Amino acid sequence: MDLATLWFALVVLCWVVFFVLEGFDFGVGMLAPALGKDEHQRGAALRTIGPFWDGNEVWLVAAIGVTFAAFPDWYAALLSGLYLPFVAILLTLAVRGVALEFYGKKDDDEWRRRCGVALAASSAATAGLFGAVFGAFAGGLPLGPDGQVAATGGALARSLGALATPAALFGAVAGVLAAALLGAAYLALRTTGPVHARARRLAPRLGFLAAVLVGLGLPLAGGSWWAGLLLAGALAGIGLIAGGAREWVVFAAVSLVVAVVPVLVFVPDHPVLLASTLSADWSITLQAAAASPTALRTITIAAVLVLPGVIAYQTFAYWVFRKRVASEPVAT
Amino acid sequence: MLDVVELSRLQFAIVTIYHYFFVPMSIGLAAVTAGLQTAWWRTGKDHYRHLTLLVGKILIVTFAVGVVTGLVQEFQFGLSWSEFSRFYGDVFGPTLAIEGMLAFFLEATFLGLWFFGWDRLKLGLHLATIWIVAVGTVLSAVVIMAANSFMQNPVAYRVNEETGRAELANFGDLMVNEVNLAAVPHTLAGAAMTAGALLLAVGAWRAWGKRASITEPEHTSWRFLARTGGWITLVSGVAVMITGDVLGKVMTRVQPMKMAVAEALFHTQTGAPFSIFAVGGADGREPFFSLDVPYLLSVLAAGDPGAEVQGIYDLQAQYAEVYGPGNYIPWVPVAYWSFRLMIGAGVLAAVLAAAVLWLTRKNRALPTGRPIGVWLMRSLPVLPLLPHAANAFGWIFTETARQPWLAFGEFLTVDGVSPGLTAAEVTASLIGFTVLYGVLAVVWIRLVLYLIRQDLSPHPVPPDVTEDLDTTRTAPSY
Repeated sequence: MDLATLWFALVVLCWVVFFVLEGFDFGVGMLAPALGKDEHQRGAALRTIGPFWDGNEVWLVAAIGVTFAAFPDWYAALLSGLYLPFVAILLTLAVRGVALEFYGKKDDDEWRRRCGVALAASSAATAGLFGAVFGAFAGGLPLGPDGQVAATGGALARSLGALATPAALFGAVAGVLAAALLGAAYLALRTTGPVHARARRLAPRLGFLAAVLVGLGLPLAGGSWWAGLLLAGALAGIGLIAGGAREWVVFAAVSLVVAVVPVLVFVPDHPVLLASTLSADWSITLQAAAASPTALRTITIAAVLVLPGVIAYQTFAYWVFRKRVASEPVAT
Repeated sequence: MLDVVELSRLQFAIVTIYHYFFVPMSIGLAAVTAGLQTAWWRTGKDHYRHLTLLVGKILIVTFAVGVVTGLVQEFQFGLSWSEFSRFYGDVFGPTLAIEGMLAFFLEATFLGLWFFGWDRLKLGLHLATIWIVAVGTVLSAVVIMAANSFMQNPVAYRVNEETGRAELANFGDLMVNEVNLAAVPHTLAGAAMTAGALLLAVGAWRAWGKRASITEPEHTSWRFLARTGGWITLVSGVAVMITGDVLGKVMTRVQPMKMAVAEALFHTQTGAPFSIFAVGGADGREPFFSLDVPYLLSVLAAGDPGAEVQGIYDLQAQYAEVYGPGNYIPWVPVAYWSFRLMIGAGVLAAVLAAAVLWLTRKNRALPTGRPIGVWLMRSLPVLPLLPHAANAFGWIFTETARQPWLAFGEFLTVDGVSPGLTAAEVTASLIGFTVLYGVLAVVWIRLVLYLIRQDLSPHPVPPDVTEDLDTTRTAPSY
């Protein structure tokens, strides 16, 4: 395997880790106001992600930064082609991070309520936007001969139009549902008391709902029927076991389903990184977009030196805060 | 109406300057938090722990805004500047990728461990987490400043004739770019100033102002915070000047046009004076009035009062010969004034810090009954803003006086913008960022004002390490 292919695999891996880890962050943010009936319960729900969300989000920074370094053309075409959708993601992510981090910093019910609402809304919006963006570029973008999306029609529609397609709409709904399901599975695994009980009850319902949506929606939105069948079957299975199985099994199963999504989006087109819907000749391919051997060697050395440590200390962080969070009032 | 390039430049300026309010504070506050906690760890004195918690909380909320606005930085080269990304991605991309892998993971993960880990980690390990955060912030600065230094002084690359794109020659050379070696210390000293001035203002306000703490231990803590902040501001202020002098000389060598426009020096001159301020003259005519320090510009530029400093017209003629016809003169009034405002704001902050330190020496209280004390207390709300103003003007100077180049002497800014991008799209995103960032600024300021009004919290109680760690539940949390 050459370095370019290795880095393609690493880009996909970054997205996989980001989708799973931030997926439950978004889900918890969305579900906290619904599953937590009072201050302590909502606080407990958020405490399950408090120490981790920022480290989880760095996987997005890694995915984008690594794409820039290893495949500059891909980075340039994807981000400029979906300019406004990515700007929207950046705005909702900003609200999400600040709302979560500011939530507990002021001892005031109204303050926490506002932060909680902003967190829930921005978490749902971010999950939906990521789903929409992945849906939008999974089928390719109208890349011209210069590898960029040219301005056609309405000025805003150049990049915003990609969101008004069946694939993007399906992606948006699927993104919100997937994050909610993953969040419910995570809360069931990481809490005790009333939040735990409600999360457990919610997970199977979300599983069945997602199974129906994916099974019908994915083929209708232009996806392959076998992928829809596979994912719908897996989600239905999760719906069946979520009521009775061990929580870590349910969480692992949902994570696996979420992890498959970026793989299904990126890998089948290989070696095309980003297809052009106008002409196959204008698609961005792995070898043409790859950075120079020196640049690839540089980031490979950096990754070999650094990433094992990252995985080790992030695992350590999860281990340190492994104890379930109680949603009863705590003595202070 | 602004065109796409102008709108994109304006957007880059706004989101980057805004981001850079929170970055230097995070760098400075992380180091101060680590220092305070180390002091507590070594002496066991409670007021160090109380201050560690306060400064750490300000750090956390500041860091959060820095993170979410920093994400925009990671994306915007591809969003708005895709031609630049395609041409220089090979050189520029690895700095961003390595900054993320090396520094951001460290900072984000260990700050979470630190804040939530008071009752989960042994004391020494817990102390190590905040030091790792502090080291991570500095690593991040070193790597990302290499990216900026490349734009000032492109090194360590060659253009591949076949693909027409720049290629990285050697990452090590990119890091030890002489501009980077000079700019990193200058930037870090400027970062320390922002934290120092903030803590000085907060401490002085709580020790001697209207919100003064009555109880003796609290007063002692706030006084300590004020004087620590004062020393940080003063020492880093001196460091800013020394490193700025070094950077200025490097800049004169690699970007002579930048020094010429900083001084609005149109004609090449030996023994050139430094103008403290001038009325008129930024358009090339003789200034109406100028207050000059003889020979100072030659000293700043080359360390020799007799040295020749090249003027704007000569440089323009040279550049036109080398790069072809075109206007290679940056926006002179902006460069001239931002350079002076940078120096003025920084010096003023250092002077105010020196005044507070002198007046409160040897256990003296700030003389709030005397005019000087009254004026110092009145300056407190402005004091934390001064280093930020200096940083912002410094960046405005560095970046606008690099124009019309995106990478100096190699790649023009107008060639870097994303080809398909429309003015409507950039206007929409510009409005979105400006509105959201405005709201975030208001919320951040109100939250910090709330935090500094609170009594120093005795929580969390240090865990008794002989007990089972899981039974203590006193960590600050949601």
